[in-house]
Amino acid sequence: MRELHFPWIEVAILIPLIGAILVGRLRDPDVARKWSVAISGLALFCAVGEWLDFDFIGASEAEDHWHLMTRLCGRELFVIDELSAPLIPLVSLLYFLTMTATLRTKIRRFSFAWTLISETLVLALFSCQIPWGVIGLLAAGTIPPYLELRARGKPTRVYLFHMALFIGLMILGWAFAENEGNQQVHTLWAIVPLLTAVLIRSGIAPFHCWMTDLFEHATFGTALLFATPIAGAYAAVRLVLPIAPDWVLQSIGLLSLLTAVYAAGMALIQREARRFFCYLFLSHSALVLVGLEMVTPIGLTGALCVWLSSCLALSGFGLTLRALESRCGRLSLTNFQGHYEHTPNLAMCFVLTGLASVGFPGTFGFVGTELLVDGAVEAYPHVGVAVVLAAALNGIAVVQTYFRLFTGTRYVSSVSLQIREGERYSVLGLAALILIGGLCPQPNIASRHHAAHELLNKRQSLSGDVRPAEVEHESPVPMTE
Amino acid sequence: MFDHELLFKALGLTVVCAPLCMVLILGLSSLVGRPLRERTISRTVQTAVSGGLLAALIILALMLSQGTRHVAIQLGSWVHIPHYHFQIAFVFDRLSVPFVILTFLLCGTIGAFANKYMHREQGFNRFFVFYSLFVLGMIVTSLAGTIETLFAGWELVGLSSALLVAYYHERPAPVRNGLRVWCVYRVSDAALLVASVVMHHLTGEGQFDQFLGAGAWPEGVASATEHQAFVVGLLLLVAAMGKSALVPFSGWLPRAMEGPTPSSAVFYGALSVHLGAFLLLRASPILDLSPWLCAAVVLEGLLTAVFASFAGRVQTDIKSALSFASMTQVGIIVAEIGLTSLVIHWTGWLTLGYVLRYLTLIHILGHGCLRTMQFLRAPTLLLDYRTLENAIGSSLPQSEGALERRIPARLHVWFYRLALERGYLDVCLDNFFVRPFLKTLQGCDALERRWTDFLSGSQSRESEQLKPTPEPLENLL
Repeated sequence: MRELHFPWIEVAILIPLIGAILVGRLRDPDVARKWSVAISGLALFCAVGEWLDFDFIGASEAEDHWHLMTRLCGRELFVIDELSAPLIPLVSLLYFLTMTATLRTKIRRFSFAWTLISETLVLALFSCQIPWGVIGLLAAGTIPPYLELRARGKPTRVYLFHMALFIGLMILGWAFAENEGNQQVHTLWAIVPLLTAVLIRSGIAPFHCWMTDLFEHATFGTALLFATPIAGAYAAVRLVLPIAPDWVLQSIGLLSLLTAVYAAGMALIQREARRFFCYLFLSHSALVLVGLEMVTPIGLTGALCVWLSSCLALSGFGLTLRALESRCGRLSLTNFQGHYEHTPNLAMCFVLTGLASVGFPGTFGFVGTELLVDGAVEAYPHVGVAVVLAAALNGIAVVQTYFRLFTGTRYVSSVSLQIREGERYSVLGLAALILIGGLCPQPNIASRHHAAHELLNKRQSLSGDVRPAEVEHESPVPMTE
Repeated sequence: MFDHELLFKALGLTVVCAPLCMVLILGLSSLVGRPLRERTISRTVQTAVSGGLLAALIILALMLSQGTRHVAIQLGSWVHIPHYHFQIAFVFDRLSVPFVILTFLLCGTIGAFANKYMHREQGFNRFFVFYSLFVLGMIVTSLAGTIETLFAGWELVGLSSALLVAYYHERPAPVRNGLRVWCVYRVSDAALLVASVVMHHLTGEGQFDQFLGAGAWPEGVASATEHQAFVVGLLLLVAAMGKSALVPFSGWLPRAMEGPTPSSAVFYGALSVHLGAFLLLRASPILDLSPWLCAAVVLEGLLTAVFASFAGRVQTDIKSALSFASMTQVGIIVAEIGLTSLVIHWTGWLTLGYVLRYLTLIHILGHGCLRTMQFLRAPTLLLDYRTLENAIGSSLPQSEGALERRIPARLHVWFYRLALERGYLDVCLDNFFVRPFLKTLQGCDALERRWTDFLSGSQSRESEQLKPTPEPLENLL
């Protein structure tokens, strides 16, 4: 395995961990916010360095320089590949932007120390390929939101019930899978618990209610950061995809397809902005799973592209909603709020990120959505068109909510609600990424296609399947493409 | 030796890049919170539209002088992975060039008109951002050489139109109508996207040449089977129905008149309402293959023309009346397209078919220009009437048409009501499709709430205690 030129991964993971200890000791929330922004900025720098270095060495997998973890633990815990290389800087960016865009009205409620710990856990998760490591990190990642709910005196039973089930099923499923050894076809005793765990974490109906509950009760920032990296999809790729038979994956793909349409429809009738966002996210998360479970090169490429684009666009969308919420409290969608004249920039960003998430032309998600539709129609000829239906409903929901929030008689306020500097830079940075990624999609698509190819190869080598013809005849995608 | 290919490419790129630059200048300045002054916006619009128009006219002149009928500009693969290619290609032919020139001409006129009409409006900058998106969308759609490129332009037109309808966003009515327009457009977009995917599956690429035949318009011969043509053609027809306000999606067109007059004139009266017809003209080689598809197109066109003519007779405001007049003409144009393909399919008289297609194109161009002029005169209608009445020395004669005279008196009120309610089409769509769908979802929402209440052992939804912001009186009207 190739080696990076610097221990980027471990440093990127350690910085927020050390930062959390430091920030946890600070009493003044404003000072804590400033430190947190600086620390997450440093982590972002290392994550970007890791990505560039990985791209530079042109390997399909790479581990850290100096092997610090191997010396400590006896084995290499953190390895990146084509799939995780862009996800790590993306997640760091989301944490950085969320902290940057946190206004003073929110800083007393939003725990920066726990947010940095959760950043550490997510970065470690996306850098880990060892199944028990992934399971441990996914389980640990559920703790910060729980502690926040407890600290705020909010009901925790729905969240606790689902997360306990999720962790239990993951452990059970992988224990069975490991017990069965390297056999070609694993039994349903191993597959079903793992699949159910993934469905719970990804919020696939009927296991999605914990997500709406989390958005109801946790701070918007915490819920956003817990949901938008789509950790459930990562669990699916590392734990389920390599060992599950095709028919199981395709059946679950159909369930995800139904969820995508159902959640898009539910987004249309929500009367509050957070719940609307949650359903919009659930629809996208389900679309990503639809693509992952197709197990075809085009479908998988589409899913990986939509994963990145949804992560980016929905985070921007969520941050815009959060910025509005910081000004006016919880946002009702039952009437027109008239915020446009106060914050035209936020309005533009709302439309841009919302439409990017549904794959509007010229934005980051456009080609990914096209590929996903293409793959879905190929894999499920009779119901694959449902992806188009979900995208159409999501598009209607986004514009409907834009109208509800930003149009109507001007909202009267005694203080200025103009966009702040931190928010402005966050919003513009995201907008730039969405547009640049949309206008020059080839590098991203080629890299996702290569990652999809690698995943399919790994799946075939583990299950001992014959390589599908369409993959076999493909010319290898050059790394520099 | 002079390289004509290079010249065509440079001019073609100018045609596309001029509106693109306009979008970037107006859009980015707004995004970074530094909106331009009215004068700068006006100059940017004038420069972009004139530059594009000039390049298009030179292309037309070159094509006529050289006898070239089809110029394809390939910008290479935008996305290229095994089994999937996303080409960006623009085609200059006898269909796209007149449409592009019409677009620039009318948009230029409207841009100049709007500079005065929207002067000192609070949303002046916003109007021109949407306007520039619309122009870009129209140009990309008109010149698209692949269905994906067409889809990109198609969506841009849809978004800008919906936002322009909701331009006066302090009032709820324009916003509701904007949302309605957007919903219909999404249905239309979905049909086009599915058509795009089906074409990809059938040919491996989305290039029109692969599917419609390599011959220059209107002489292309599609390479698909009748069944394939029927499936793709039907999807394209649904897309056209949404975009061109054909029955049963016609309700959005009069609603779109809530937007500012310049946008109503150029967008819904002249250009975007013809996009559906343009799409069917572009796909006419597919129609030629399937008589059932042609019959569906003719029926759809005639139905729309009859309905719009009927409903337009009782409209009480000038913009609504003009919108129904537009719809009537678009219905006739669609019927012409279907009839032409039927003639070619049954008789095999290709020359006659091609002549009829040119006539249809001329119908579109003429209708677009006339309707723009009528819409622009709409704000001064009362003044025009007074001038006319002063000239003839009496009131303008109000006489019943021949059709009205033949309807029995007892049915007059019934028909009048039916026409005034626009055939109850919107009500039917709402009652039979939208409401049951939303009711089902609300039922699911209630079930979810009971489930989370049960799990948490208490009221699980804080958001339901949220009080809506008190609305001003005008929002409740």
